[in-house]
Amino acid sequence: MKRLPQIALLPDGKRLHLQDGPIDLIVEASGGDADVRAAYDAAALRFTGLLDELCDELVELRNAADPVHCGLQGVVARRMHAAVAPFARDCFITPMAAVAGSVAEEILGAMLAAAPFDRAYVNNGGDIALHLTNGEQFTVGLVDRPDRHGVMRPMAILADSPIRGVATSGRHGRSFSLGIADAVTVLARTASQADAAATIIANAVDLPGHPAIVRVPANELQPDSDLGARPVTRDVGELSDHEIEDALELGAARARELLVAGLIEGAALRLMGEAVVVGTVGIEAPGSQVFHGATLQGMMHA
Amino acid sequence: MSDVTTTAVGDKIRCDACPVMCYIKPGAAGACDRYANHDGELVRVDPHIVLERTVEHGGRLVPFQATGDWDGKILREPNVFVTAIGAGTTYPDYKPAPFIVSSEIDGVDMVTVVTEGIFSYCGIKVKIDTDRYLGPETATVRAQGEAIGHVTTSEYGSQMLSLGGVHHLTGGSKKEGRVTCDALMDLSNCKPVELTIDGGATVVVQAGYPPIVNGVAEERMRVGCGSATIGMFAKQWRGKVDEVVVVDDHITGVLSEHQAGKLLDIPDTGIKMKGRRSTPGRYFQVAEPGTGWGGTMISDPLSVLGPFDKKEARPGLTMLMVSTTGEHAAYYVLDEALQPIQTEMPLDLKLSVERIQENCEPALCTVLFMGGAGGSLRAGVTDNPVRLTRSVKDALTRVTSGGAPVYVWPGGGITFMVDVTQMPAGAFGYVPTPALVAPIEFTMKLSDYAALGGHMDYVRPLAALRDSTETRPMPHIPGHRA
Repeated sequence: MKRLPQIALLPDGKRLHLQDGPIDLIVEASGGDADVRAAYDAAALRFTGLLDELCDELVELRNAADPVHCGLQGVVARRMHAAVAPFARDCFITPMAAVAGSVAEEILGAMLAAAPFDRAYVNNGGDIALHLTNGEQFTVGLVDRPDRHGVMRPMAILADSPIRGVATSGRHGRSFSLGIADAVTVLARTASQADAAATIIANAVDLPGHPAIVRVPANELQPDSDLGARPVTRDVGELSDHEIEDALELGAARARELLVAGLIEGAALRLMGEAVVVGTVGIEAPGSQVFHGATLQGMMHA
Repeated sequence: MSDVTTTAVGDKIRCDACPVMCYIKPGAAGACDRYANHDGELVRVDPHIVLERTVEHGGRLVPFQATGDWDGKILREPNVFVTAIGAGTTYPDYKPAPFIVSSEIDGVDMVTVVTEGIFSYCGIKVKIDTDRYLGPETATVRAQGEAIGHVTTSEYGSQMLSLGGVHHLTGGSKKEGRVTCDALMDLSNCKPVELTIDGGATVVVQAGYPPIVNGVAEERMRVGCGSATIGMFAKQWRGKVDEVVVVDDHITGVLSEHQAGKLLDIPDTGIKMKGRRSTPGRYFQVAEPGTGWGGTMISDPLSVLGPFDKKEARPGLTMLMVSTTGEHAAYYVLDEALQPIQTEMPLDLKLSVERIQENCEPALCTVLFMGGAGGSLRAGVTDNPVRLTRSVKDALTRVTSGGAPVYVWPGGGITFMVDVTQMPAGAFGYVPTPALVAPIEFTMKLSDYAALGGHMDYVRPLAALRDSTETRPMPHIPGHRA
């Protein structure tokens, strides 16, 4: 086999970096040296060949998911299907909408099978699978514009909450979006569920037919996109404050549906500097922001 | 990854780097964002790893390749130079800057402190090479309807805009701050931005490209004002035409009255100019400013003339009217009633108009980022911040921004200006304060660094970064930067 994943510790000596093709993972487990080593070995072992496994079923994974039937074989592929199936009756969605979260869950599972930890995570390009016990917590930074360097709004996820998955979707990420949200971050019980729901909610943040929104068939940009000729958002021109509010509300309404259905635990939606939060479980008060505007201002010429 | 192969399918190529086997269109990247189709060739591009930014201490470094793809002449860096782009910033904490790197250059241990500064007090000076009227001095400049700056005093052949600054970034509404920040960042990253000027024009500004004024791309800067043009070309016109008027918003020149014409014994023609005569052959305010001839609003040049003086003018008298860029030109002959009638221009006059055009340099927009390194940023470099300022003023410490040379203003603080086209792609970021994040590097001798109270414990040898996953090579943008 001519291709092996990249497996390396980051310079801090604590986190593991795994990369293969489009999959890019940052992994960390906190515990004794031997346990961490065993877990990282297990992660690397499971990761090797995982992309090939997915690609074996890539054609099916790129097709619209059936709401009930799943003909997929691979464990990760089946997890992807399970995550998107609840949405498949109402709208077009392919298992690919949950690929990042499903891979993160798989690697986290391999690590936890190798050694016990109070705290571990697998971050797959912002889609994160978490393991938390014994009062541990995990702080997630929210980036409002993934295409730009931006400071994040941190939120803490506590071990006693049911949240074990975080995912972000929007029009600036690597995947295309049918909506106009800059970023929708979803907290859910699993990373694969969060991943699928983030896609669905980000698609719902929209102003259908608005002339300032530039849409292009997905397959004109990526010939083999799972979205086919569906128009994906390429640019959003000037929107009035009222329109921003309307678009966010469409997304928030969808998020509330998913919250009531028990598919998500919370969501933060961002569009052009405005934000809406749905369900506050695990999201700390705004005072927890590391970078507070007034503080920054005051420090500037200190 | 030299074993990566591709198969061409139409204009698409198929990447063989991993089993996803993406089809990639020209100008696009594969699913991984690591491989792209550049003119039919599969190229490795800079990884775009969003999650790294969310990791608290996972800053990324950019070794600046002075050789290879990059034309390193501007920087004259013999070795790898580490820029601050992506270095991250510890601001507002008083912690050592993210990366303090030592390398040996010519046997002298050099230290480069790289960090990304957050600049609330920052702005952009835009120089737009055009005579076209962009708007009155002090007029508000808008992006997406929000005030982001103003028109400032014009310079020779160019209009100047002053954009950003703390007032627009943080002094106005939330939207004003956000739009200002976006516009500053896009302009700094050499992207086009459409600006509208109250009571003036709409202009698309992009560093290193001609301005587009009211939908028309400017081609050339004027060769000089109307009077200067007369001075430059008087000799070439003598004997070929009786009168020449160079139409200009600032100073319109008239050959027969101008000092240059007098020296060449060019006879009076009885021409009568509108506007206010400054000195012989030089007229102010012949027309309102605009985007027509020579930066005036006129489309018919004869509108700047009054009737010819019957005592001096004669039928058959010839006249060339031309703008300061040679972009507009017309040739006239006076009829029996002394009315100028437009006629086919003789070849040698056409050549003189072409000569004016040839001497006009290409019109460009230039964007200088200007920011000040405040106390806390300097504290990241040394535990006695003012010593860094002194060291910079004493020329012991060299300041660069993304590896590009900067001009440091005399006076207090470290206020610098940098030509954004000299900086690597994507050098600027932002924080939602809103403020811009710009790279800044301080390079000095290791001994000088110790003397000014540097964070010596944090100095890392360059070799330690070279193999680090924190580094990434500079993305190369073909033909973009000189």
